[in-house]
Amino acid sequence: MELLGYLADGFATSLSPLNLFIVLMGVTAGLFIGAMPGLGSVNGVAIVLPLTFIVPPSSAIILLAAIYYGAMYGGAISSILLGIPGASTAVATTFDGRPMAQQGKAGLALIAAACASFIGGTVSVVLFTLFAAPLADVALAFGPAEEFALVLLAFTTFVGLGGDDILKTIMMICLGLALSTVGLDLISGQPRLVFFDQPGFYSGISFLVLAIGVYGIGEILYTIETQKAAPQVTPAKLTFKELWYGIKEINKMWKTLSFGSIMGFFVGMLPAAGATPAALMSYGIAKLMSKQPEKFGKGAIEGVVAPETANNAASTGSLLPMLTLGIPGSPTTALLLGGMVMWGLVPGPMLFIEQPDFVWGLISSLYTANLAAVLVNLALIPVFVWALRMPFTVLCSMVFVLCLVGGYAPSQKMHDVWLIVGFGVGGYLLRKADYPMAPLVLALVLGPLMEKSFRQTLIAEQGNVMAFVERPLSGTFIAISVVFFLLPLVKHVKAWLGRAPSPTNN
Amino acid sequence: MLLADRLIALGLMALSAYFMWHATVLPIGWNGMTGGPGGGAFPFWLSAIMFVVAGAILVRSYRGQIEYDPTFFDPETLRSVVLVVVVLVITVALIPIVGAYIALPLFLLWYLKVFGKHGWTLTLILTVCTPVFLFFFFEVTLKILLPKGMTEPFFIPLYARFF
Repeated sequence: MELLGYLADGFATSLSPLNLFIVLMGVTAGLFIGAMPGLGSVNGVAIVLPLTFIVPPSSAIILLAAIYYGAMYGGAISSILLGIPGASTAVATTFDGRPMAQQGKAGLALIAAACASFIGGTVSVVLFTLFAAPLADVALAFGPAEEFALVLLAFTTFVGLGGDDILKTIMMICLGLALSTVGLDLISGQPRLVFFDQPGFYSGISFLVLAIGVYGIGEILYTIETQKAAPQVTPAKLTFKELWYGIKEINKMWKTLSFGSIMGFFVGMLPAAGATPAALMSYGIAKLMSKQPEKFGKGAIEGVVAPETANNAASTGSLLPMLTLGIPGSPTTALLLGGMVMWGLVPGPMLFIEQPDFVWGLISSLYTANLAAVLVNLALIPVFVWALRMPFTVLCSMVFVLCLVGGYAPSQKMHDVWLIVGFGVGGYLLRKADYPMAPLVLALVLGPLMEKSFRQTLIAEQGNVMAFVERPLSGTFIAISVVFFLLPLVKHVKAWLGRAPSPTNN
Repeated sequence: MLLADRLIALGLMALSAYFMWHATVLPIGWNGMTGGPGGGAFPFWLSAIMFVVAGAILVRSYRGQIEYDPTFFDPETLRSVVLVVVVLVITVALIPIVGAYIALPLFLLWYLKVFGKHGWTLTLILTVCTPVFLFFFFEVTLKILLPKGMTEPFFIPLYARFF
């Protein structure tokens, strides 16, 4: 088994004292970030990314992946104790988590959430390990034409499956792509879109600046506006008896668990879907298959288990296309991808050949991060109960300071700090007007790849546009993209023919 | 919400027009020599799509097919958001002049004491500890110098001590 050999090498990296310490730090920080209402994995990764220069890249990605993992666990904590989802991915957990807490079973709900997350995470990491290398092998055959088609496919999934307003989704994709062209032209090296002749624009707009602006400053502004009164924290006690009872209860739900894990993993791979829809779907299906569906929404353990399994599985799933194809499956993985580029690594299939230590170190660290997250989660529950009582203004002020300093540190230009404030306010307004933010960030990260692969193909093929369709793989991707793109149109026509009274374009 | 949606769509149309104007500096058409679009083509045509899409959003808002919330901003909390944005802008403007180690503590002092109405103990602990942490994390460990402005001379003895 070649695979096990690679994995064993990976564990040699991820079990080094430094990396073990980093995983522990990462999941603890992630748990706190995820537990704070308003902050999720994407905000945590955006804010912490500039601080990762302190460690080598292989440890930095382990830290960020651990934060990602921890935040997925942490989201459930505020869903249960506050009734406010700690992150959008934990929305479905409030449906039954909150009623359980109100019935005095907060401890049991937290145990169920943590154990379900662990199972979802573990199953999906195993799937990840099995699929990563074969997928990377397939991706090795990709030329620029396939790369372009794949990026196009990623964007059209937002149009076809994203569920947001379609015009506004297209708007954000194009805005992100247009912003990615700021700076020097890839082929001719001439400057373009240098606004107001500011020299800062010559080096382009870093994805980090946009991410810190939108997910740091913008998110906090949004939370300041929407959170008026301090929410009530439900007390939670944890006993070993409850822990044992919780584990026994969860054992009976193997159907929900296995379905949630596997479905979550595959849904997570799609750029437009990800952890939030995966969790909602898993919840819906668990309710559908349950013998007592009337208990759902009133404090059923299964209603906590189903979404938590799926959202953790989805977060691992979204790492797969990022690592093997270089196409992120979620905004958080888009930031991880951007980070890797910043550290001088090129994500994609070649990474498996050129940097096996890095890849397998990361994969094996997902196993340790998963285990660390469940242990830290259960051990620190009293601390989370205390931390959730922390006044929101303290958290906000710290996030603001970290955003300003973290935005300055990588480039050491005040220009970027101004851009962060601008993107923060702009992103906040756009978000209020229901413009989706995920396609914007993904487009900025993938923009250079899209333009480069498009133009490389055309130069190689002497301007023959048909090259994209003639190659079998790229042709297939483009065909699927066209289907995704036409999907909402078909719905429109159907609605128009049927004279449906309600608008269908959202 | 309706008015805001229209204003934002108009703003995005203006922005995309500005992008298009900028992109025309480089060739935006098909370049027969190299085979493929010129350097300005990508930003130009993307901005053109943005312009059309924003226009469609604007037109749609007049056809009344979508129901809008009556309000865009929450009137109770809008004041706080505007206040925070103004103070953030002032803080960033102050950083190059008086340095990050004066501007950021001032921001924290305002945010915690005035905006958050916290006690002096908490405010002072955070206002003092944050810059100390920033100094040791960024300057000592990462060797990234934060802007100091006019406070630069005060840091020379510290540099001598830690570098």
